[in-house]
Amino acid sequence: MSHSPTDNAGAAVGTVKSYALGFAASVVLTLLSFGLVMGGALPRLPLILALFALAVIQLFVQLRFFLHVDRSSAMYWNLMALLFTFFLMFLFIGGSIWIMYGLHERM
Amino acid sequence: MTTAQTAHLPGAPGHEAHGGPGGHDMGEIQAFGFWIYLMSDLIVFSALFATYVVMAHNYAGGPTPKDLFELPAVLVETMLLLTSSAAYGLAMVAMHKGDLRSVRLGLVAAFALGLGFLVMELAEFQHFIGIGAGPDRSGFLSAFFTLVGTHGLHVTFGLLWIVVMLAQLSSKGLTAPVKGRLTRLGMFWHFLDIVWIGVFTVVYLLGVVQ
Repeated sequence: MSHSPTDNAGAAVGTVKSYALGFAASVVLTLLSFGLVMGGALPRLPLILALFALAVIQLFVQLRFFLHVDRSSAMYWNLMALLFTFFLMFLFIGGSIWIMYGLHERM
Repeated sequence: MTTAQTAHLPGAPGHEAHGGPGGHDMGEIQAFGFWIYLMSDLIVFSALFATYVVMAHNYAGGPTPKDLFELPAVLVETMLLLTSSAAYGLAMVAMHKGDLRSVRLGLVAAFALGLGFLVMELAEFQHFIGIGAGPDRSGFLSAFFTLVGTHGLHVTFGLLWIVVMLAQLSSKGLTAPVKGRLTRLGMFWHFLDIVWIGVFTVVYLLGVVQ
C-alpha cells in the first residue's frame, strides 16, 4: 500500500512546508489586522472593510493549509458541507442583523 | 495490509481504518462524520455571533469595548492559539512518518500554548467581573461572555482531549484507531483557531473601532 489509511480522510496529510506557509501567512494577516487598529491610520469605514477582508483571507488560508480543504475529489463532500454551512451562516447572521436593525430604526 | 483487501466493504466491522487504495475506509468515514459535527458547531457559533452583533451596542450605561479591551493582550492570546494550531500540524506530519517522539513533542507544545491562551482568557474574565463588568452588567457583556466563553469551553475540551491522546499514545502507541482520533482532534483544534479569527475581528478589533 503506497499511502497510509488516513491519506484521503476528512483531514488529509500536510507537510512541514504547508504548515509553515499557513502559519507565516496567518501571523502576517493577524499582525496587519491588529496593526491597522492600533496604528489608527485609516478612517473608520475603510478600516472596517480592511478588517473583514483580512479575516476572510485568513479563514481561507487556514482552511487550505491547516485543514487541507481544496477542490480535490477526496475533499468534495467536505467542501460541499462547508459551502452549505456558509450559506446557513449568511442567512443566520445577515438575517438577524437585517431584522434587528430594521426594528431599531422603527422604534 | 493483510489479505483482507477483498473484503473492505464501507464501514465493515473489524476493519477500522483499513481499506484498499481509493476505498472508503472507516477512518475516512469517521473523519467525514466529525467534519459534519464541526459544521453543526459552526452553526452554534453563528447563532452566538448573530446575538453578539445585535447586542454589541446595548451597554445599559456600563463599560464599552473601548473601556475594557486590552488589544496587546488579545494579540498575545491570538498568537498563542495560532502557534498551538501550527504545532499540532507538525505533530500530524510526524504521525504520518510514524515518529512517536515528535508526535508527543508536538502535542505537548500544542497543549502548553493552548493552556496559555486559556489562562489569559480566564484572567481577562476575572478582571472584568472584578471591576463590575460581569455578564450581568449589560446586554453587550452577556453576549460577550457567552460567545467568548463558549469558544473557551471548546478550547478546554480540546486540551482535555490532547491529554487523553497523550495517555493513549503511551498505552497503545501509534495504532490505526489512535491515528484516526489524532486526525479528528487535529480537525477540532484547527477549527477552534478559525473560529477565533472571527472572535478577535468582530468582538475585539471592531469593538474598539466602533
